[in-house]
Amino acid sequence: MKILVCISKTPDTTTKIAFKDGNTQLDENGVQWIINPYDEWYSLVRAIELKEKDPSAIIHLVTVGGADCDPIIRKALALGGDEAFRINADSADSYFIAAQIADLANKNGYDLILTGKEAIDYNSAAIGGMVAELVGAPYLSLATLFELSGNTATITREIEGGEEVATVDLPVVVSCQKGMAEQRIPNMRGIMAARTKPLQVIEPAAVDTLTSIVGFELPPAKAGCKMVAADNVAELVRLLHEEAKAF
Amino acid sequence: MSVLVYIDQSDNHVKKSAYEVLTYGAKLAAQMGTTAAGIILGKVNDNLAELGKYGVTTIHQVSQESLNQLDTQVAAKIIADAAQAIGATVLVFSQNHSGKAIAARVAARLKAGLVAGAAGLPDTSNGFVVKKTVFSGKAFANISINSPIKVIALNPNSISAVAGEGSATVAELNISVNAPKVTITAVNKITGEIPLTEADIVVSGGRGLKGPENWGVLLDLAKVLGAGTACSRPVGDAHWRPHHEHVGQTGVQVAPNLYIALGISGAIQHLAGVNRSKVMVVINKDPEAPFFKAADYGIVGDLFDIVPQMTAEIKKIKGIA
Repeated sequence: MKILVCISKTPDTTTKIAFKDGNTQLDENGVQWIINPYDEWYSLVRAIELKEKDPSAIIHLVTVGGADCDPIIRKALALGGDEAFRINADSADSYFIAAQIADLANKNGYDLILTGKEAIDYNSAAIGGMVAELVGAPYLSLATLFELSGNTATITREIEGGEEVATVDLPVVVSCQKGMAEQRIPNMRGIMAARTKPLQVIEPAAVDTLTSIVGFELPPAKAGCKMVAADNVAELVRLLHEEAKAF
Repeated sequence: MSVLVYIDQSDNHVKKSAYEVLTYGAKLAAQMGTTAAGIILGKVNDNLAELGKYGVTTIHQVSQESLNQLDTQVAAKIIADAAQAIGATVLVFSQNHSGKAIAARVAARLKAGLVAGAAGLPDTSNGFVVKKTVFSGKAFANISINSPIKVIALNPNSISAVAGEGSATVAELNISVNAPKVTITAVNKITGEIPLTEADIVVSGGRGLKGPENWGVLLDLAKVLGAGTACSRPVGDAHWRPHHEHVGQTGVQVAPNLYIALGISGAIQHLAGVNRSKVMVVINKDPEAPFFKAADYGIVGDLFDIVPQMTAEIKKIKGIA
């Protein structure tokens, strides 16, 4: 079985977001870069668990980005995975990224492609669905459990107001979230091994970019929190009802 | 050139989020000087002609019962084929659980630029620029869609559904439907609860409640408000409350009209899941809790005193005995 895990580099969850150059660029000053948590905690660790059960499985990692992504992909290799690909291009928009990943997938032929449920920078939750469409595979999003029996996967996924269980034959694309696996920390053996694992830098396929970022905005500053005394709960409820019209 | 809106359904009924995207699609069509239509897959028990009151002229239906079970690959092909058949150039989805999966597939299939997580109507004065939330609600990006066909997935609760007068023509679409590859074997709906992502009001509890046995005060408040119930990550991790109630960056992201946080300090990861709420209320005994900086209304005090009083006051206003 061949598994492809898609890895994205994102700012740490605690990053205070600021912009520069007339609000057209993220101000990267002081930003800590991490593996997108959904990619790391859930899709990568679940792939590693599948390989622990079936040592013949091969795990490939892919990211789309410049050389500044190498520390992230090395860290992912330290957790697990056999080989990584970095497609050497700016990650311009969802379609561009998905088309690059699909191009690699169509060449290498994977049984299972895993993504996080979304990246915490652009929150589009689009890559999994687009890759699935471009490789012609079914797509199960927001998966919380993934079990494999032979060639058939049983997937539990979140739906509005509950969950559903689905079965599907491989190949399949799955987006992963909490429940799939437990977060792991790379150990020293993994970190040493990651140094010698192959990381291939490949040039991007010719793909159009369909969208462009005009600029960024920060949300308008809040007017401030209106504090109500603890012995005047009726006033809080009155404000919510009459001023905020919130119920 | 027209607008096509995907109408999401569940349990044979049109979902609430569909009314929002129909309103959005109709407003967008008016802005572009064209018309909007809807598309629905599968059988429903609702009177689809009535969806015309949200401003769409036609509802296209592919009423094969097999489509009530969603396979995004099958759905995306039908929607893309329909868009081409009727000449739609803008497709609108809800950025909800199923909408975001289908929108991405349709966008890739039609090679259409996608803005997923739109926060409002596009600016069409010079090009086609859509504002969307980024960095988990900490900022917005204005995205220009440069392709001839455009796909927008609208954040739930970002506009209000507006119902007026009118009736839509319901037309069966004659499109070939592929066999699904995905088989749904079980659906477990949490009964008796309001789905968090669709709730107008959410009452959420944190470690300040001190233990699962104390949730009664929160549930009473939620009941009088008709609110969904949520919790912070530590509460979910400690299994005080079920996982699906965890809101925050790595949990469910909500955007209700009113979010009431009880005993939640307001870590940046929690705020990332709730900062699109219209009004935020914080009850916390720690005056230094960071949540007060993000909230609209707050009380510093013991939630076990305050919350039952809130419940009683709301009952008075609502005339509940």
